[in-house]
Amino acid sequence: MTFEQILFILFAGIVVGGAASVLLQRNPLYSAFSLITTFVGLACLYVTLKAQFLGVVQIVVYAGAIMMLFVFVIMLLNIRDEDTAVDPNRFLVYLTIPLGAILLGALLYVVTKVNLAQPTGDEGGTVERIGTNLLTKYLLPFEATSVLILMAVVGALHLAKREKE
Amino acid sequence: MNLLFELPPLPTLRDTMLIVPELMLTLFACAALVVDIALPRGKKSLTAWFCLVGIGFVALALVQQYTLNADKLPVDAFYQMARIDGLSLVFRGIFLLAAALSIVLSVKYLDVENEQRGEYYALILFATTGMMFMAIGSDLISIYIGLELMALTVYVLVGYLKRNERSNEAAMKYFFMGIFSSAVLLYGMSILYGVTGRTNLGQISEAIAGYTQNGQLQGEGDPRMMLILALVLIGAGLLFKIAAVPFHMWAPDAYEGAPTSVTAFMSVGPKAAAYVLLARVLLFGLGPLRDMEGLPGWSIMLGVVAALTMTVGNIGAVTQENIKRMLAYSSIAQAGYIMLGVLAGTQMGYRGVVFHLVIYTLMNTGAFTVIISLHRKGIIGEKVDDLNGLFAKAPGVAVMMLVFMLSLAGIPTTAGFIGKYFLFGSLIQSGKPWMVYLAVIAVVNTAISFYYYARFIRAMFLNPLKEEAPLTLSQPMRVTMAVSAVLVMLFGIYPQPLIKVADLAAKSISTVYAQASGIASN
Repeated sequence: MTFEQILFILFAGIVVGGAASVLLQRNPLYSAFSLITTFVGLACLYVTLKAQFLGVVQIVVYAGAIMMLFVFVIMLLNIRDEDTAVDPNRFLVYLTIPLGAILLGALLYVVTKVNLAQPTGDEGGTVERIGTNLLTKYLLPFEATSVLILMAVVGALHLAKREKE
Repeated sequence: MNLLFELPPLPTLRDTMLIVPELMLTLFACAALVVDIALPRGKKSLTAWFCLVGIGFVALALVQQYTLNADKLPVDAFYQMARIDGLSLVFRGIFLLAAALSIVLSVKYLDVENEQRGEYYALILFATTGMMFMAIGSDLISIYIGLELMALTVYVLVGYLKRNERSNEAAMKYFFMGIFSSAVLLYGMSILYGVTGRTNLGQISEAIAGYTQNGQLQGEGDPRMMLILALVLIGAGLLFKIAAVPFHMWAPDAYEGAPTSVTAFMSVGPKAAAYVLLARVLLFGLGPLRDMEGLPGWSIMLGVVAALTMTVGNIGAVTQENIKRMLAYSSIAQAGYIMLGVLAGTQMGYRGVVFHLVIYTLMNTGAFTVIISLHRKGIIGEKVDDLNGLFAKAPGVAVMMLVFMLSLAGIPTTAGFIGKYFLFGSLIQSGKPWMVYLAVIAVVNTAISFYYYARFIRAMFLNPLKEEAPLTLSQPMRVTMAVSAVLVMLFGIYPQPLIKVADLAAKSISTVYAQASGIASN
């Protein structure tokens, strides 16, 4: 086993463990914290894949900013125990187990049968590379995203604005 | 500057010129926000007319784009992120039509609700921009951004009436289901990228076709299983937006709870946009997966979905008492009919898709205009009973509603019949036995649909008048309704002009698709 493989297994373990913990925690706050573990693990995976910039952004944006918002919302909502009670339609809960198992089985079956496309070249995820791509090859979706964000601001303002009676 | 790698060629003015309609629409949307601030309270509805003028200019830009590029279509722009072809030209026209019609019928509705605000019209323009990006996108990334721009805007519009509980509930339901379907779609796209290593639809199609030669798999492993997984996930995400069965659960609730003017917009614009995506992804990107030896291709999957969609939609509509819910189910059923044209895979089928979508836009917004006119201060006006005796009160409106209903049902001499003729006919023409069965199911479904469309007609013409309160109709609403009704009748008798437009889009699909399947069969 190469050093790279050991690192991959370590980080992948952190990601999967964190994700499982998100689901298993009873308290939503702990779930949010577990999600941070997942994000950190993902960031490490990105770095081993030579996408350093993506790794840093993952930490700064997701583990930093977005999770902070999650935690704020959870604390502000002040969720009580009765709110987290399981849905009365319990059969739905049990239905998810076989359905999930089928999906997992199908995925595993398919993944073992397929040769994935090989990574193209050794370009690396440097800031330079990403910046150049964003402003050339991906200029159109990049600019469309800015329209999307503008629209989201307008929409959020409309929904959250206090009404003058 | 010393770069570590070669700089790709920069986008040119030519690229920018090709997205002028989208740029203009974005600018008008931003300008509408400013205009709204400048207008005094009570004059806010002027923003609506400003937006309509904007849509007019964009439509001109679209025509200009067609005349400039007519002989060299398809044209690629922005590193093949966008593609101007017959399909994108015609569909962008449909989106502009849907947006314009919805703006006209919104003005009065928002007055009645006392929620007249400029953001509403700006949001409609933003949603239309998203749809236009969807229509020109030929890359998974640009398509997805366009889709989210449209979807996010529509979530906000559904919940636009903040003080209305039903509107809030509908928005929440639609939002959660919507982001879930987007996640499924993205998952499928990421698998597709993982297998082929490409995001451009044309290149994906080439890569997939390259896996098989003379029916023999090339290289190690069988990537087709993975491709089917991607296909199923992408399909589920897109069919959700179309509200096809079994992904239709959100539609009746969202249509009922949303402000009626938004329901009218949702049922035509975003639906047509989802269709253009379905056509792009399935025919341009995953064309070689239509039929596969020994494995299910998308044609058979779509066939099952289409049959379910028609049947569940029509049977669901029969028992509804609320007009908006009934029209929601009816639009599910119509989505099923339109899917048949994509399935048939012939020029006639694609022509049917475009033709029917144009007509559907006219007749559905027309029907919603009538419903909006029933909504008055203190009267919700959403039950079928509220139509009672409409002929006695407003004969003109009742006759126009009659035209829309007959056309939705597909009675000959209305344009709805011509659309269905192309859609069903293309299946029979294909000659495959299971497609002929599908056509039979479609015809049976049309017969079922007569029942609930006829309920409207009976209520309007035969039932006695219930209340005397006058309808809320503005002059522009009357005019657009009359123009829609006349067009629906006109294209039912003389469909040639619309067929010509539809063929422009149909041709661009069938040529690309023929190339793709040509590679696959060699």
